[in-house]
Amino acid sequence: MNDTSEPNTTAVRLTDIGKRFPGVIANDQVNVTVRRATVHALVGENGAGKSTLMKILYGVQKPDSGTIEVDGRQVSFSSPSDAIAAGIGMVFQHFMLADNLTVLENVVLGAEKLHGSGDRARDRIHELARSYGFDLDPDRLVEDLGVGDRQRVEILKVLYRGAHTIILDEPTAVLVPQEVEELFDNLRGLKAEGVTVIFISHKLDEVLAIADDVTVIRRGRTVTTVDPKHTTARQLAELMVGSELPSPSTESSTVTDVVELSVHDLSLADPLGGRDLLTDVSFDIHRGEVVGIAGVEGNGQAELVEAIMGMRKGTGTVGLSGEDISGWSTARRREAGIGYIPEDRQRHGLLLDAPLWENRMLGHQTREPNRKGPFIDRGGARSDTERIVAAYDVRTPSIDTTARALSGGNQQKLIVGREMSGDPVVLIASHPTRGVDVGAQAAIWDYIKTARREGLAVLLISADLDELIGLSDTIHVMLRGRLVGTVDPQTVTPQQLGSAMTGAEVPA
Amino acid sequence: MRFDARRAVLTLAAPLLAIVVAIIVTSLVLAIAGDPVGTVWSTIFSKPKPRNVVNILNQGTVLYLSALAAAVGFRMNLFNIGVDGQYRLAAFVAAYVAGEAWLPGKLNVLFSILVAVAVGALWAGIAGLLKVTRGVSEVISTIMLNSIATALVAYFLRQVAQKGSNNIHTTDIPLSSQLQGFSLIPNAPNNVYTLSVLAVLAGIFFWVMLNRTVFGFNLRATGQSESAAVASGVNVRKMVVVSMLISGGIAGLIGMPLLFGDAHNYGLTFQTGLGFAGILVALLGRNHPVGIAFAALLFAFLNEQSNALQLKAGVSNDIVNIMLGVIVLSVVIAYELVRRYNNAAEQRKVAAQLAASRQPEEVAA
Repeated sequence: MNDTSEPNTTAVRLTDIGKRFPGVIANDQVNVTVRRATVHALVGENGAGKSTLMKILYGVQKPDSGTIEVDGRQVSFSSPSDAIAAGIGMVFQHFMLADNLTVLENVVLGAEKLHGSGDRARDRIHELARSYGFDLDPDRLVEDLGVGDRQRVEILKVLYRGAHTIILDEPTAVLVPQEVEELFDNLRGLKAEGVTVIFISHKLDEVLAIADDVTVIRRGRTVTTVDPKHTTARQLAELMVGSELPSPSTESSTVTDVVELSVHDLSLADPLGGRDLLTDVSFDIHRGEVVGIAGVEGNGQAELVEAIMGMRKGTGTVGLSGEDISGWSTARRREAGIGYIPEDRQRHGLLLDAPLWENRMLGHQTREPNRKGPFIDRGGARSDTERIVAAYDVRTPSIDTTARALSGGNQQKLIVGREMSGDPVVLIASHPTRGVDVGAQAAIWDYIKTARREGLAVLLISADLDELIGLSDTIHVMLRGRLVGTVDPQTVTPQQLGSAMTGAEVPA
Repeated sequence: MRFDARRAVLTLAAPLLAIVVAIIVTSLVLAIAGDPVGTVWSTIFSKPKPRNVVNILNQGTVLYLSALAAAVGFRMNLFNIGVDGQYRLAAFVAAYVAGEAWLPGKLNVLFSILVAVAVGALWAGIAGLLKVTRGVSEVISTIMLNSIATALVAYFLRQVAQKGSNNIHTTDIPLSSQLQGFSLIPNAPNNVYTLSVLAVLAGIFFWVMLNRTVFGFNLRATGQSESAAVASGVNVRKMVVVSMLISGGIAGLIGMPLLFGDAHNYGLTFQTGLGFAGILVALLGRNHPVGIAFAALLFAFLNEQSNALQLKAGVSNDIVNIMLGVIVLSVVIAYELVRRYNNAAEQRKVAAQLAASRQPEEVAA
């Protein structure tokens, strides 16, 4: 059992892990056995319990039941430092790096006891980088690094602390396809050196490309562990969902020649004095058209949305149904028929501690059925909330429940229902299905498609390239605050779109 | 709004628990100091005489107005620490105006009240404007404005005061503008302030504005999540200024019952410190108009009953301030605990409901 050179020995064994939170059973009889020096993928829908399981393995949370074995020894972690001491490291989805420090300083930070912070540390980093095939200069500032390099710094941090099992939480979510390939090369390098990788993902093609074993989790339980060589993405998906997988595919075009939203030469300076956030962005959206914006996150998509909503003041013009609305307030734009599904629903779309019917009013508080003169129309708002809850299948005990108590998918369905009410002319949908379960995702896609058929003009921003290609009539590629090209979703592949997003030639 | 019994019990449990904790802590302090614990409590919790009941009601009235003023800001995460300066400046100006008696009788009262509201609102509005135009924290600016108000009042009081008296004060308001009050409590030699009515009206105004108007919705939305309010189209800068004006306007009312019902002028003996007490009352009352009413009465009760402590138990009545402090501190903790418990309970309820509705589907599938 303890022989570390054999590839078939067990690095980590999780047995009957259970973990409950108020209202949810996050894990229930989870069993995972990870072989040493392999890449073991953990797949499941959002909310299936993958992250909780990994937090348990990394000592962030304690399991309510079950046992953890590392290298054949039963362990109990009460903090991540215990896990690190046992040789387990974790790279979180959101990087935890200090931008104004160098790679060396970031790696050493908090682990100065190991090799100091001077030349010994530098030597060690060089040694690690060489043996695992990482191409990193220890003296570069992290702020100058791209996303892929930052991720490598995170992995290096973990290796530096002596980890021989590394947990990667959705490592590809922030990467474009080319960077994913580089990451996979690195992972193969790690594997060759005897490091075990636990890879959390819900991108099945990637999982099949890199994993040696795949464990599927559904609703907090391990469904099965399969060999990726003899499994297709479709089979995995069905194991994950427990039923048929929906797809976003478009139907016949409903695009008309009536321009509903017209953005012309929109530019936005950085209030902090950096590079302009938006530069001369121009596009039109017609009645019945879905226009997608593809881009690596942080290239100006969020700012574009906020400028269209009037939350940021830029230069250039925004027109709605032929009228120049550039000088209008957010409230007036909303009243004129712009629906808005914000990127971060908890920060921008909901009052978490308010009941659902008050959330129904948010953003619509100046309009019927929520208002009577200077007063709010409680009766109107409440009955319309009942309508939305029924029509959009929001699973809630009552409309007096607070928004906080609902799952992400149900929160999002409420927002979609709200923004679709009051006959919007234009819908700005920012990552409309991020973090929602597959069922809600399919429903939201349906609502958008239906609304498009009925003449809605939609601006769709999404990091999910399949969603973007599946729903859009036109896709503009955004890079560093500019629209750098337009692609036809009928012919483009996610791979080509990924290239375009990083600044490569836009396919014709 | 449906009545939820469990929630109501929890809401009441927190302040009651806080009072129990405060009694225990205060008893410990008394015991350590070697003071007679039993006598102190029997004095404080003795039945108040009719005269004291009137005092409690009157004191409760002004505390209530003060707490409402603070609560308007709190509901949108604005910390108007300047209620104290706002009410003193407003009371001074109103006392001067009332003393000059430009209008006859009751009209003089009404006009002076409007002046007080305007002065309080303007003084608080300065902090609001500084916040939205220059990004100055309202906490800092209102504290500064308190000092400035103190200095201004002291300076102008000397200018307008009648010479030749030791007690410097504004001209007494004419008899026709003095309000006799209501003799609500039988056998009491004193009366409940006529302008207690202001507290009732302000409470109703506060509740209706907050819960029934679009403005109130925007105010609460801004308080709960500024980012969500902005995305929903709320003009937060305007809200900050308007809320500060409302808060200051209510603060302007605080001194009115005292001025017209008791003091009849603004002088060195005019009651101070009500603004800070109001912040505590608002915290205890959870910024809710009904909760604040109970909290204001509790504060007034403890203060009034403690007056006899020196005489009966030989204990300084400052002990009551310890008790009030502990109540507020523990109630803040208790409210947070209740909030978390409610959140968890609600999530459980939603999950249970979903599980129940999912079961038949799975059986059918």
